[in-house]
Amino acid sequence: MADIKGSEVETTGKTAPGFAKSIKISTILPIVAAAGALIVNLGLPDSAEHPIAEHHYFAGALCVLLAFAGIAFITGIFSQKFRTVYQSKAPFYSGIILFLSLCDILTAKTALLPVLYFPSLDRVLGVLIEDFSFICKCLIYSLRLQFVGWLCGAFCGISTGVALGFIPQFKYWTYPLVRILGPIPSTAWFPLVLVSFPTVVSASTFLIALAVWFPTTVLTMNGINNIQNSYFEVAETMGASKTYVIFHVGIPAAMPHMFIGLFNGTCASFITLVTAEMIGAKCGIGWYINWQKEMMAYANVYAGLIVMSLICYCFITLLFYLRDKVLVWQKGVIKW
Amino acid sequence: MVEGGISISNIKKTFTNVQNETITALLNINLKIPTGSLTSLIGPSGCGKSTVLRLIAGLNHPDSGTLTLDGKQIEKPGSDRGFMFQQHTLFPWLTIRNNIAFSLKAQNIYKENASRVDEFIDLVGLKGFENYYPHQLSGGMCQRASLARAIVSHPKVLLLDEPFGALDAFTRMNMQDELLRIWKERNMTMIMVTHDVDEAIYVSDQIVVMSPRPGRIIKIVDVKLARPRARSSNDFLLYRSKILRLLNFGGTEIQPEFSI
Repeated sequence: MADIKGSEVETTGKTAPGFAKSIKISTILPIVAAAGALIVNLGLPDSAEHPIAEHHYFAGALCVLLAFAGIAFITGIFSQKFRTVYQSKAPFYSGIILFLSLCDILTAKTALLPVLYFPSLDRVLGVLIEDFSFICKCLIYSLRLQFVGWLCGAFCGISTGVALGFIPQFKYWTYPLVRILGPIPSTAWFPLVLVSFPTVVSASTFLIALAVWFPTTVLTMNGINNIQNSYFEVAETMGASKTYVIFHVGIPAAMPHMFIGLFNGTCASFITLVTAEMIGAKCGIGWYINWQKEMMAYANVYAGLIVMSLICYCFITLLFYLRDKVLVWQKGVIKW
Repeated sequence: MVEGGISISNIKKTFTNVQNETITALLNINLKIPTGSLTSLIGPSGCGKSTVLRLIAGLNHPDSGTLTLDGKQIEKPGSDRGFMFQQHTLFPWLTIRNNIAFSLKAQNIYKENASRVDEFIDLVGLKGFENYYPHQLSGGMCQRASLARAIVSHPKVLLLDEPFGALDAFTRMNMQDELLRIWKERNMTMIMVTHDVDEAIYVSDQIVVMSPRPGRIIKIVDVKLARPRARSSNDFLLYRSKILRLLNFGGTEIQPEFSI
């Protein structure tokens, strides 16, 4: 009897600290951070230098974050799977909340940063919420430009790169042209493009396509030049025609390089997009940022920047997703 | 009638190396390979044995002389001659199944022959690994897949360039048995380049012994042993010492022999 009791005590003794341990302190951190930020926001008085905010959006946002942190913590108690994922992310989320709180202190609470250029978070969030439909309109305009330009550029880039890699005659005539024209930043073409295209939209689309085209072309060609000769030879001995070899050996083998080219091109295309919109357009996120800057409405500028960064983030994420799908065979061959 | 007889006459082949010097890779090569036989080319590095194989495949062209398959001149690579490299050269972006199906798809005969892919996956013992990528398999398994890929479109001739050179000794002996089994089952002409004297004697009907600088044939040895051959029988060892002697003293004692 004594033995059994002893072992029972031991097992419960083991599970209790184990249970506490498995929750870990990190999952509480976001709650603490959000609550702290909320106390700072509500407890400290706003600086008199800032215009009085009509709505306390930041306090509202903190309440939402606090609620999310609470829900995540409770879910973590019951779901082991969720907890393991959340545990590693929690310190990062807490860091973001603390950073926002720091911004809050530096702007609205103490006005340590110049008030004109660093508006309070209440006002930035206010613009995002109150100007939402107008920003969306600009966003759609920019996205359309970006998508059409990017698709054209990527398609032309891959085609040119494949042709350069496989057709010596084409390379003889075209490669010097690519080398000379390619490195010029596509925004430098703006004066010329504006007069040669009928509309600003078509001109901007062309420039974005150009920005994607060059790195995609060069890296696709490089990718094809780096393919082991034995792949082509073995394909030939299996009775594959020249065209079949291009599409079923050349292009798949050059894919990893192609994606690097597309990434470089995508980054260049964002620069071109914003510049093009700032110079010639009458709508779009780049135009919005530039316009609001001239109006000295810096809260709107920040709102525009946030939306811009979201577009870029989503675009790159989409490209990563596509790469992971297409290049799934590389998993295990290279450091992923 | 099974086809796949190869005749090589008076082949000369030179290469230009990086230093712009002309190297004579092959000189006066004469060889008849009977339909359905298994021939090995053996010799030290640089004797041009791989070049002979590449010429038959149509990947390279001779400076002079003729190569014929069933009386027809060999001009370019074709699916009637399967080729298996020392490295497996499976396409890393295709699964094992799609790698094996490649030649059928390339010749646009996949739809009516889809079942053949499974048959060959079975033949080389890779059932259950169809959907793996090459890098997920061991070297031996990749080499099996490579073999299946080379023979799935029923070539008349299978050319093997040191096919088991990169494998460990046990896997290699295993693969030699597999190769013989497939050779008997499929009844095709096989020509294999090898460094391994035992391997050559174990599998071949005839062994072509070659010597470098310039690459030439010094002797063609017919192996008249019944299969399956015992690797340590007296007759086997006799062939072994004969070929080793040919290779070691080839330069001084043995006169080049150009007769067939």
